[in-house]
Parts: sequence; C-alpha cells; structure tokens
Amino acid sequence: MFILKLLFKNAFRRKLRTFLTLLSIAIAIMAFGLLRTVVSAWYSGVEASSASRLITRNAVSLIFPLPLAYKDRIRQVEGVTQVSYGNWFGGIYIDRKNFFPNIAVEPKTYLDLYPELILSPEQRQAFLRDRKGAVAGKALAEKFKWKVGDLIPLQGTIFPGNWEFVLRGIYRGRDENVDETQFFFHWDYLNETLRKTFPSRADRVGFYMIGVDHPNNSPIVVQVIDRTFKNSLAETLTETEKAFTLSFISMSEAIIVAIQIVSFVVIGIIVAVVANTMSMAARERTWEYAVLKTLGFGGWHIAGLLLGESLLITLVGCGLGMGLTFPAAYLFRKMVPLYLPVFQVEDETLFLGLLASLGVGVLASLAPAWRAIHVRIADGLRRVG
Amino acid sequence: MGLPLSYSIRNLGARRLTTLLTASGMALVVFVFTAILMMAEGLKKTLVETGSPDNVVVLRKGSASEVQSGVERIQASIIETQPEVAVGAGGQRLLAKEAVVLISLPKRENNKTVSNVVVRGIGESSLALRPQAKLIQGRTPRPGLPEIMAGQKIAERFQGGGMGETLRFGLRDWTVVGVFDAGNTGFSSEVWGDADQLMQAFRRPVYSTVIFKLHDPSQFSPFKQRIESDPRLNLEAKRENRYYAEQSEVMSKFLSILGLSLTVIFSFGAMLGAMITMYSAVANRTSEIGTLRALGFQRGNILRAFLYESLFLGMIGGLAGLFLASFMQLITISTMNFQTFSELAFSFTLTWGIAWKALAFSLGMGLVGGLLPSVQASRMNIVDSLRAQ
Repeated sequence: MFILKLLFKNAFRRKLRTFLTLLSIAIAIMAFGLLRTVVSAWYSGVEASSASRLITRNAVSLIFPLPLAYKDRIRQVEGVTQVSYGNWFGGIYIDRKNFFPNIAVEPKTYLDLYPELILSPEQRQAFLRDRKGAVAGKALAEKFKWKVGDLIPLQGTIFPGNWEFVLRGIYRGRDENVDETQFFFHWDYLNETLRKTFPSRADRVGFYMIGVDHPNNSPIVVQVIDRTFKNSLAETLTETEKAFTLSFISMSEAIIVAIQIVSFVVIGIIVAVVANTMSMAARERTWEYAVLKTLGFGGWHIAGLLLGESLLITLVGCGLGMGLTFPAAYLFRKMVPLYLPVFQVEDETLFLGLLASLGVGVLASLAPAWRAIHVRIADGLRRVG
Repeated sequence: MGLPLSYSIRNLGARRLTTLLTASGMALVVFVFTAILMMAEGLKKTLVETGSPDNVVVLRKGSASEVQSGVERIQASIIETQPEVAVGAGGQRLLAKEAVVLISLPKRENNKTVSNVVVRGIGESSLALRPQAKLIQGRTPRPGLPEIMAGQKIAERFQGGGMGETLRFGLRDWTVVGVFDAGNTGFSSEVWGDADQLMQAFRRPVYSTVIFKLHDPSQFSPFKQRIESDPRLNLEAKRENRYYAEQSEVMSKFLSILGLSLTVIFSFGAMLGAMITMYSAVANRTSEIGTLRALGFQRGNILRAFLYESLFLGMIGGLAGLFLASFMQLITISTMNFQTFSELAFSFTLTWGIAWKALAFSLGMGLVGGLLPSVQASRMNIVDSLRAQ
C-alpha cells in the first residue's frame, strides 16, 4: 500500500508533464484501437460467413457467367440441400460515390439460405410477391432515408439502362457482424429485361450459392461439383463462402498489412514519449536516488520504483485511451459508413491495447532504470538540478 | 543582440537521451505521414501516366470500367470511320478495338494467393497508341496464334507469366512470347494478346472498348457530342487520362481519408511529446533563464531561443523520418482496385513536394509543441527565477 502511494506521489509530482504524457498515451491507444478495428472490420465478412455454404463461380474469373442450366445439375449432387443464384448488379444510385453492393438473387432460396438476414413475415411476403421489389439493409436504408414503398432508381453499369425498384422490405442482421448495407432484388426482373434487350446475356448466372447438409461434407461436394463441369465451356470453381470472401480480402492484403504496420508504429511513438518522461523524471531525482542508496536501498529497488511509476502512468493512459476508443469508433463509422459495413471494437483489440501498454511501461523504464542502478552515490549526491 | 543559435543547438546536445527520444517519436510520425503521401502519389502517378490526354476511350454508356463495357463490331466500325481519328505514318488508322477481360491467376510466391489480372486483346495499333509500353524481351504476339505478352509486373509475380512459359485460360494454353515494360503505369500489370483470338477463346462476340488517337486534340468535345447523340451508338467517349483517373477515385479517396485521420491523430501524440520535452527544458533551466534576463537579454530573445530549440528538435525528427521513408521507394505494393476488381501494382514515390511537405509538417509540430513552453519561459520574473534552485 505504501509503495503504491509512493508511486502515485512520484508520478504526479510534475502534474503538467504527467498530464501531457497521459494524454499522448490515451491518444495513441485510441489510434491503435481504431486501426485494429479497421483491420478486423475488413475481416468481418469472413467471420460472418457460414461453413455450410458454398459459392460456385466461373473458374476463369468472376466476370464470366455460368449457364442457368447448371442449377439443376448442382441440385442433384449428394449433400446439397439448397441452391440459390444471383448476379452482381453493380448499379449506381444517383452518383458513383454512393456505392453499395446491389445484387440480383433468386429471392426465395436466397432468404432460406441466409437466415441471418431478418425480415418480418409481411415484408418477406410483399417482397416475394412483387417482381420489381427489393430489400435493403437497415444501415443502407438509414443512410439514404429510404422507407418501405419508396421507388429506388439504379443506373446499370454492367447491365445498361435505368432500373427501378420498389423497396418492399428492410432487413436487419441477426448478429452484430452481418453486413447491413446490401441491396438485393429479384433475379427474374433482371433476366426478363435482358431477354428483351440483350438476349445473348439472358439466362446466365454470376454465381451459385449452395447450402450443404453438413459442413463436414463440403470438401466432397466441392469436388463433385467442379468435376461435373470439368472440360466444359464454363468450368466452375467452388469454394466455401469463407474461402470466397478471403480471396477478395487477400487481394487487398497490402493495405491491411500497411495498416497493421502503422498500428505498431503508434506503439513505437508512445514508447518514445513515455521513455522520455521517465528519463526526465529519473534525471531530476538522481540526487534522491543517491540518498536512497545511502540509506541502504539497492539499485534494483530503485529500478522497481521506476518501473512501477512507468506502468502506473501507461495503465492510466491506456484506460483513458480505451474509454476514448468507443466514441472515436462511433465517429469514424459516421464518417465512412459504407466503406466498412461492420465496424465494432472487439475485445481482442482492447486486450492487445492493454498488452501493448504493459510492454510500453516496461520498455520505457529500461534506460532510466539502468542509469539509476549504475549511478554512484558520490556522483549522485554531487549532482545539482 | 539576440542569443546565438548555437545556444539552442547545444542545449539539445546537453540532454542527449531526451532529445533522441523526442526526435525519434517525431521521426516515426513524419515517417507515417511521408509514407502515406508517397503511396497516394505512387497511385496517382501510376494511373495518370497510364492514360494520355490525346487518346480517346470509347465505352458503352454507363459502364464504369473497360471490363464492364461492350462495343459491338458494327459500332466499332462506325467509330473507326470518324474523321477525328489520327492516321499513322504507314497510312493505317491509329485506332484499336480491344477486348478486356479479367482472369484469376495464382501468384508465384505460393499457389494459394490468386489475384485478378486484366487480359487485353489488342489490335495492330495498340502499341503505337501506348508509347509507354516497350518490349524488353522477345517479340509481340502474332495475330492468329495463341500467343501473349506479359507486363513486367505480371512476368515477375505470377506463375507461368515469365518469358517462354505458358498460361492456361479459355480452354487453351497461351505461350508468353514477349515481356513488355510500361514503367509505372497500370499496363505493367496486364497481359496482352491478339484481340480476335482472345474473343474467340472467351466466347465474347463484342469488343470492350475502342481506343484511338485524336489527330487534333482540340477536336475532343465535338467528337464526344456527336458520338453520344448518335442513336445508332449507345456509347460514350472519355479522354484516356480522365478515364484512368476516374478508375482510382474510390481508392485514392479511401487512402486520403485514412492518411488524413492517421496523421492528425499521430501528430497530436508527437506534439505532446515535444511539449513535454520543452516544458522540462524550461523548468530545468529556470535559474539559467533568470541569469540571461539579468544579463540584459530581452523576453523576445528568450522566446526565440526556446522556439529555435523546439524547431531544431522538429527538424531532426523530420529529417530522420524522411530518411527512413526514402527507403520505402524500394517497395512495390500490389492491391486490388475496388472499382475494377483487378490487380494494380504501384510503388511508393518520393517527390520534392512531398519532402518539403514532410519537413514543413515536422517544423510545424516543433513550433506548436514549443510555443507554450517558450512563452512560459519568456514571461518568467527575473527575481523569482534567479531564486529557483
């Protein structure tokens, strides 16, 4: 108890300096928390994906479609319980800046396959009944202030023309990590229109979403599906939903790595700031340390005092920073709502922040502690100021 | 007479550990600041150099990228006969009907990482339209044969992309007969082959884009107007450089938001660091300041001496950060362009503009961090400060 009191007194001897140090630790821990959250937001799609769903697409690349006829052949594969299909629509809402994912799907099977998208029974019925109907996520509807019944125009990029949809429902996610910024509508609407305008592009599907009876069967189902279409004009590539999402993320891995590196640079910056504060404190107290040594306290004892003080400062700063992380994450999310659909601070991030600040506390007291251990009593006593 | 500059500099030397720690904190901030600017510059350079203002890209109306676009053969022929198209030395039209598709290829480092690569079916004039692309190995693919040439960044980083190797797509094996270098442009991350061969392999009956050189660059607006109001054509025309700049809008916006917020947050931390150092420098030297004042130095002299000290601190940090960041030029990063879903490689690029900005930024941090402590130092009462121990 006495030691703790001494540490407190020491730490707050220079109030302004300690206050500034605390502030900079808090800012750095907040920045660290934000950066880690950006990284985990990137991976949120992977977390949200189910192990019992597969995605089949054209083996050449995503832009090549598959024939609609594959649906029934996939359906016959043992272990497959549900087959849905869709096309990436890529429409623009008013301006290119308002990007959000919009996809044409076969509505009934899609909603069955994705039980995490929660839609009230009336809205579900209304959506299924209206071929021009569409459903949007809660975050998306809030962003553009859409209400059920609104007419939503999209300008086609992949499928030319101006398309109009009636918003029939607004879904919310069952779990925190479900993307609430999607917009989906009837695949039939797209297909019927294409039959009239671009007959050669009709009856083609961008990707199949497949439900498997048991996750353990996925590897076999994947093999069987891909073997079925081997050496055809449209060879398939089937992956679990997780692998599919990961392949997208791995393409922009460089940015994630950069963010991760930067989040460690932040820690480096606080090490420098705290170490500076500690070494200044130790320098000012050289004389006191000499007195303590004269009284019989060992060098390690003094080093312990310094370490304790340094840990005390970093931990208080860390607490403040974590407190700041939540409002900051909220603000950041408001600023860029549609870049990162899921943005929440994870427990792991907080834990890492705590770990990092413990490390900073120890690292920062090393140099001054070494000095304090090695100072000779006579030199310390002689020193002024 | 003011205090000599050497007073400020030697004060920094008096407490080396503190100076070192504060400057290294600032150096890290400057490093991040510079690296982000370099990344944005590299991206910009890559995409701006990819296009030329004299070239025109004709796409299907409303399509956001070449990959999404489709131009029918008859439409392409109508464009070909327009009077604005420049004519080359041999009398041929400097116009290329190109087919652009994306394929996924595995990278060299391991089989697992797959990335989307642009395959461009080119015409006879394609190379003439893009003087940036120079053949560095082998020859150009012959029309009518399953041959391709790979951009240098593809040849280096993708399996089967090197000279003499084969890539398999569209149910055929394609031999790499040449490697071309297009400098820092997006073309270096592409694979080029004969347009007709590729269209057949991918069973695409339509071209993606038509690209041509204007014989008179000022003729762009009338051409654009005429094409876009022609009922036979559902096409739009863009200057090539404008087209590539639009391709990276989302990406550069993302980078700039990220960079800006990081820099603001980090610089707060480093400024606080500088402030801590300068406050304690003032506190340690209270009696020294009193002595200086007693000797006749004015408040302004003291203020300036401490400000210089803090500015020097900022400058050391800035130079160190810049030095570290200059090594980033050796790194090329590749990432997916969110708008086109295709692989895009670019390098960190350091320009004088960025170097000046980084130095100004670090001096600014030193100034802001040192201002309050310096004011405090200059406002000390002579008698009180002399009495302090």
